[in-house]
Amino acid sequence: MNPSVGATGLIFNEPLLWEKGARGRCGFSLPRRDVAAAPLNESLQGEGPDFPDLSELEVTRHFTRLSQWNFGVESGMYPLGSCTMKYNPKTNDRQAALPGMAGIHPLLPIELSQGALQLIYDLERYLAEITGMDAVSVQPAAGSQGELAGMLIFSAYHQSLGRPRTKVLIPDTAHGTNPASAALCGFKAVPVKSNEQGVLSPEVVADLMDEDTAGIMITNPNTLGIFEENIRQVAEIVHARGGLVYGDGANMNAIMGIVNLKAIGVDVMHLNLHKTFSTPHGGGGPGSGPVCVVEKLAPFLPVPRVVKKDETYRLVEDMPQSIGKLHAFYGNFGIQVRAYSYILSLGALLKKVSQFAVLSANYIKARLKGVYHLAYDQPCMHECVFSDKLLEPYKISTLDVAKRLMEMGFHPPTIYFPLVVHGAIMIEPTESESKEDLDHFIDAMIRIAEEAREHPDKLHAAPTVTKVRRLDETGAARNPCLSGR
Amino acid sequence: MMRYLPHTAEDITAMLATVGANSLEDLFAAIPEGCRRKGEMDLPEPLTEWELNRHMEGLARENAVSPEFKIYMGAGSYDHFIPAIVPYLAGRSEVYTAYTPYQPEISQGTLQAIFEYQTLVCRLLGLEVANASMYDGASALAEALLMAIRINRRRRVAVSKAIHPLYRRVVETYFRPTGFEIVEIPYLKNGRTDLSAIAGSGELAAVAVQSPNFFGCIEELNAAEAAIHADPKTLFITAFSEPLAYGLLKSPGSMGADIACGEGQSFGIPRSFGGPGLGMFASRMQYVRNMPGRLIGQTRDVDGKRGYVLTLATREQHIRREKATSNICSNQGLCATMSVMYMASVGGTGIRELAALNRDKAEYLKNAFAQAGFSLPFTAPTFNEFVVKFPAGFDAIYRRLLEKKIVAGLPLAPYYPELSNHYLFCVTETSSREDLDQLVKEVRA
Repeated sequence: MNPSVGATGLIFNEPLLWEKGARGRCGFSLPRRDVAAAPLNESLQGEGPDFPDLSELEVTRHFTRLSQWNFGVESGMYPLGSCTMKYNPKTNDRQAALPGMAGIHPLLPIELSQGALQLIYDLERYLAEITGMDAVSVQPAAGSQGELAGMLIFSAYHQSLGRPRTKVLIPDTAHGTNPASAALCGFKAVPVKSNEQGVLSPEVVADLMDEDTAGIMITNPNTLGIFEENIRQVAEIVHARGGLVYGDGANMNAIMGIVNLKAIGVDVMHLNLHKTFSTPHGGGGPGSGPVCVVEKLAPFLPVPRVVKKDETYRLVEDMPQSIGKLHAFYGNFGIQVRAYSYILSLGALLKKVSQFAVLSANYIKARLKGVYHLAYDQPCMHECVFSDKLLEPYKISTLDVAKRLMEMGFHPPTIYFPLVVHGAIMIEPTESESKEDLDHFIDAMIRIAEEAREHPDKLHAAPTVTKVRRLDETGAARNPCLSGR
Repeated sequence: MMRYLPHTAEDITAMLATVGANSLEDLFAAIPEGCRRKGEMDLPEPLTEWELNRHMEGLARENAVSPEFKIYMGAGSYDHFIPAIVPYLAGRSEVYTAYTPYQPEISQGTLQAIFEYQTLVCRLLGLEVANASMYDGASALAEALLMAIRINRRRRVAVSKAIHPLYRRVVETYFRPTGFEIVEIPYLKNGRTDLSAIAGSGELAAVAVQSPNFFGCIEELNAAEAAIHADPKTLFITAFSEPLAYGLLKSPGSMGADIACGEGQSFGIPRSFGGPGLGMFASRMQYVRNMPGRLIGQTRDVDGKRGYVLTLATREQHIRREKATSNICSNQGLCATMSVMYMASVGGTGIRELAALNRDKAEYLKNAFAQAGFSLPFTAPTFNEFVVKFPAGFDAIYRRLLEKKIVAGLPLAPYYPELSNHYLFCVTETSSREDLDQLVKEVRA
């Protein structure tokens, strides 16, 4: 057996920022004062915020030490299901940091920002080509804001027909953001049960779909990692009753170059540039959640739209049916630059990305089947979902498996989601990991299953080699301490 | 071979054998024929790393940026110096490539940094609890107004017309399907919000003002507070687009604001054509359970060691689903991290001096314009932005200055039709006195 990927080494304790420093230090090169002071009315002046005063090295060492307590994609394999933790290419960051990209003011006259507008225009075209949809706006700042854009379009579309609708169908496998986004637009979320194969049954949808239902939100491949094979029949039922189909594109990494989203009946969808298109997750954003639509819904997209006329890129505001603006400017442009760079680096090879992502997930599924309980034994797409059912006799839970994986040098998969699988372990390896690294991960999972039988205490105690051990989350919620003194 | 894809032909063969598939295409057998794409994707030929560099440098050249251009434009996107350590530290891959800290034992770096961010935002804004960030200043304001409606169950909000016009448009988008009503409060001749209009606006869930407001004017928050809290159920929301102002000004919380929200881009984040920025969001502790967004809390591990976790998740969509306080999930984590690095670098002593320098330079330009005979229509005190009214026909001079690589402020007429020939100027620490003298000279010429 290979030695464990995880090893121990020296990391450092580090206090909170305000427990360091001394009044009068400054880590910032204050610009030269070349004008006189202009006194401000005393009644408006405050004391200034009570920030700590630190030297530049103190700040640098502080955040260096903190970073060493973290696990990132470049530390090791990060198979967090539904999050597509693929490699974040460094060249993308180089492009976003070019002064001519990072320094652009958003309200410049358009003749001074043609490069940025061209980039947005081309990125929207490429995303339309990749999905098969007709029109795209990259304005939403994250996946959930893309969903909100989609639900606003549902609402505006039905409004434009003079028949507002009140409900949206949402499968029980959906991300929690789906019902929350629908609710923000005043829709009542109606849950739809998936069948024994883990997919939607057209009959169930037909029973629920009525003239008061705006449409359905479907994640495809769904959160069980299974392709919704009845999607076209489902879409036909929804369309026949005047509804729209929303596609949550969180799992687009499985189907680039393979599935045409418009052909399967999707009317509106969002993408997550920070998942499929390799932009860094940043410890929780910034993301970017472009919204893609079919032709008939293009008038509802957020404004301004970037259009090309007479070889000049322009911003168009005059779209009377538009849902309006979602972001003060044009969304997370710096993230769009990275995704654009990624697409240009791969071109049609994006299909290979999806093929390898699906191959790797199926490989893990095949090798761990029988070692862990496979919730739905179906061919999977880019992720596979196991559970802790086989470990129950040893009183070992999914949480214990996750914590032990850390000690072995892996970020745990997504756990306890999707909710339809009790004790879910959702593994998404992505195309970035080599076969050897997948094998290391699989070996670690097998070893943990053995330990569950032979040394269950080891799993209950894990992790023991991390900066902190298991934390009291109940206490944190019961007596919230949300800022330092 | 593509450098991001490690699969060799042998790997593929071996993996397919394990899976029991004959080819890569076989893996997709479950996808019905009618769902499939016909033909390959029509995308440009893949570029090498070196070709991409050249292509992107070409696009970047088509954008006007400082220092080649002198851009006296703020309006929600500010040119501030960013210390080298901020992008350096934020680029450390353990922070940069991690996701939401669901596994706290191996995410303490992100968690402590965001806890420190929450704390410094509380200290900046004078409030008790700050979340881990929102998308931008505009959506933060929309979410603040919706939060007020959740708290007091009223259906109407009032928003000052001196709030950033693009923020107000985002608020309209968020409100359109809800049936809640937005009332606009006019501004006075001095550039401040007309607080007398609040009393006649009926039963309000919240009143939002921005300070410094879109015109750069510092609002009288104490007077606003008195007018708004005349109805004790109404929440007082203070928005902002320039947080550096609070290095000098009284904080919103100390002036009685219930919620303060705004854009944090000024703190170590490049302008980047308007995004990613940082939605800062803070409120009084009593409202925490109605707050949108993620929160980091301090706790102990099994050995009693101090540590941090995501907390109060019962407000959030992955547990509450349609009953969540918001649908926000990924926020602007890395931008929040960059801003706490910036706040730590500048420090309490530094932020005071830096804020004063911004105001002093702006006052210098303001006085120079006044001495040159131009009109300053709004008399309220300002921070680093202010409005100048030029004689009719100034747009020709504006265009001529563009050719000289000077952007002489933001024309206000597209946002406020009544303010033709009014331009919003911004001066930060990045402008030298010579730059400002040159600007006035060019405008007069």
